[in-house]
Amino acid sequence: MVENVRARPEGLLTPETRFPAAVAAGKSSSPETGIVSSVTLSDIVKRFEAFTAVHKTSLEIPEGNFVTLLGPSGCGKTTTLRMVAGLLDPTEGEILIKGRKVNDVPIHKRNLGLVFQNYALFPHKTIAENVAFGLKYRGVSKQDARKRVQGALELVQLPGVGDRYPKQLSGGQQQRIALARAIVIEPDVLLLDEPLSALDANLREDMRVELKRIQERIGVTTIFVTHDQSEALAMSDQIVVMSAGRVEQVGAPEDVYNTPASEFVANFLGASNILPARCVGRDGDAAVLETETFGRVPVPAAKAPNVSGEGPAKLVVRAEKLQLSPREAPADGVVAVDATVEAVDYQGQAVRYFVRAGDRHLQAINMIDERPFAEGAPVSLRLRPRDCAALPVS
Amino acid sequence: MGWFFIRLWALLVYLFMFLPVAVVVLLSFNASQFDSFPMTGLSFRWFVELWQNDAILRAFQTSMILGGLTALISTTLGVLASLALVRYRVPGANLISTMLIAPILVPEVVLAVALLLFLNFLSINKSFALLLFGHVIFTLPFVVLVVQARLVSIRRDIEEAAMSLGASPVQTFFEVTLPLMLPAVLAGGLFAFTISFDDITGTLFWKPGGVETVPTQIFAMLRNSISPEINALGTVMIVLTVGLPLLGAAIARQLARKSGG
Ligand SMILES: Nc1ncnc2c1ncn2[C@@H]1O[C@H](COP(=O)(O)OP(=O)(O)OP(=O)(O)O)[C@@H](O)[C@H]1O
Ligand SMILES: [Mg+2]
Repeated sequence: MVENVRARPEGLLTPETRFPAAVAAGKSSSPETGIVSSVTLSDIVKRFEAFTAVHKTSLEIPEGNFVTLLGPSGCGKTTTLRMVAGLLDPTEGEILIKGRKVNDVPIHKRNLGLVFQNYALFPHKTIAENVAFGLKYRGVSKQDARKRVQGALELVQLPGVGDRYPKQLSGGQQQRIALARAIVIEPDVLLLDEPLSALDANLREDMRVELKRIQERIGVTTIFVTHDQSEALAMSDQIVVMSAGRVEQVGAPEDVYNTPASEFVANFLGASNILPARCVGRDGDAAVLETETFGRVPVPAAKAPNVSGEGPAKLVVRAEKLQLSPREAPADGVVAVDATVEAVDYQGQAVRYFVRAGDRHLQAINMIDERPFAEGAPVSLRLRPRDCAALPVS
Repeated sequence: MGWFFIRLWALLVYLFMFLPVAVVVLLSFNASQFDSFPMTGLSFRWFVELWQNDAILRAFQTSMILGGLTALISTTLGVLASLALVRYRVPGANLISTMLIAPILVPEVVLAVALLLFLNFLSINKSFALLLFGHVIFTLPFVVLVVQARLVSIRRDIEEAAMSLGASPVQTFFEVTLPLMLPAVLAGGLFAFTISFDDITGTLFWKPGGVETVPTQIFAMLRNSISPEINALGTVMIVLTVGLPLLGAAIARQLARKSGG
């Protein structure tokens, strides 16, 4: 054990000594291949009396993945997470952790790491006692426990605070300790419910890099809940976008961002312009959408997965993909229409324009090359068809 | 000018309230056996006599045991009741809560008579157990109020964190919840003890023949004659009922400081 510690500090957090089987399973499936499913929800429903907080939801979370539940307030993220944790019983459906059905397993036997928005440290225990808490129930010897606590504190970059009490630490430090306390027990799954929301903006961005680094280093399967899309995009292997108790889309950050599966997803992840359109047929590998504002736009089939055949559809144009140019600039291979700048929202490195093309109001977010266009300026709106996505009319 | 009169008035009110108490304490150190000023000299004579008075010692013992048991039972029941009401949201929680608090609102005499009538109905005789039962009933609300207030302020996610780390609900209670509400539990216990130790109304109704607590003993002694011993006993009572809560508060503050204040 001691040699192990010297060789790799993170060795403290690997389960070699206790769970040989778990290690074997962990090694046979690298996080990338994700063959072993660590958490499975099948047809989960949660009702609170007459109100359904989570509708029939199924989800497979591969071993070692960082999965984010993303959605607006009240969409059922916390409810879903608490069902995995064992703090709520699902009304219907099954939950499996490492292939074992856990519906009837109480929380203290699920071997989970849980981190809350408000840290939830034990105020009457020192930091070292806080971190060592879970080890007491795992038959770890005092000596081993001390080493593992030290290892965990080093991992969260707070090695010297063991003797202090939670109140003597800042919010960000307390959250690191909460993380250390959750991972020192080598949980099967790490569950995080908006762990960064109570921190101020700058710290939040540092902590999110830090959290991702730690998760990658120990390779623990993680479910992260947030309503902040930039956190979700920056940290996740997979994003689960939820709305009103339903899963809207599951996918890698780029997929969810570039090819939203619904109007809700398109609007929730950044700003999008959604235009009514008609699919008028196919052109090779593209679905051709006819819009009033931009005329005919051939959208690559990969970005129009649910638009088949002719009929009404919607064209999704991300605000960042809509480029403003002077009208006289050449427009090759792009769709170009004349427009007028109505309002300018200057943001430093970027600027958000509200423009009018015909009688349609659109948003565009552009990096600033020299100086932004002025209000009322006549401009040309440019977009590349491959940057667009198409949605069916629901 | 107005402030002067308000201050003077306040001073008079305080004098009115505390002068009799001060007189009792002063006279308990009086050397003479007549309760009158000027005092003829300082002495601990009446405390010594108090110590040698069997009836008073017996009453004191009874009061201590009664108070101690009342505190123990009330605190245990109060903590359990608060947990059930706050944490487990038992059905009818509001009704139960009201019933637990009700003894504070009902005049003590009514409560005392009601309990006696009830026992009569069941044809059970008065006993020390009944006396204890009565004291538990009307100290319980204080414990419940104090403990409940504290429990509400202990965040649920702290307990959930403990359980996620492997502590069973019972272990979580003893490792996390109880230590966090300990100041309130101690305060509740002290409350129960001092209320029980002080009580006379209910005790007069409920005590079996031959059993005296300190207050009923004083009451009995006063009916015969006013002896200076009673002053000494009064002083001891004051020290106990004022000193214990102060001690409790000091301990609570110490505990709070230990957890990083
Ligand atoms: N114990 C409960 N009883 C009744 N309704 C509940 C309960 N818990 C949650 N809900 C409801 O279920 C819905 C989902 O709640 P949940 O806490 O999962 O939302 P959330 O996505 O975590 O939102 P937020 O971002 O605000 O934390 C909400 O409408 C909420 O009012
Ligand atoms: Mg939530």
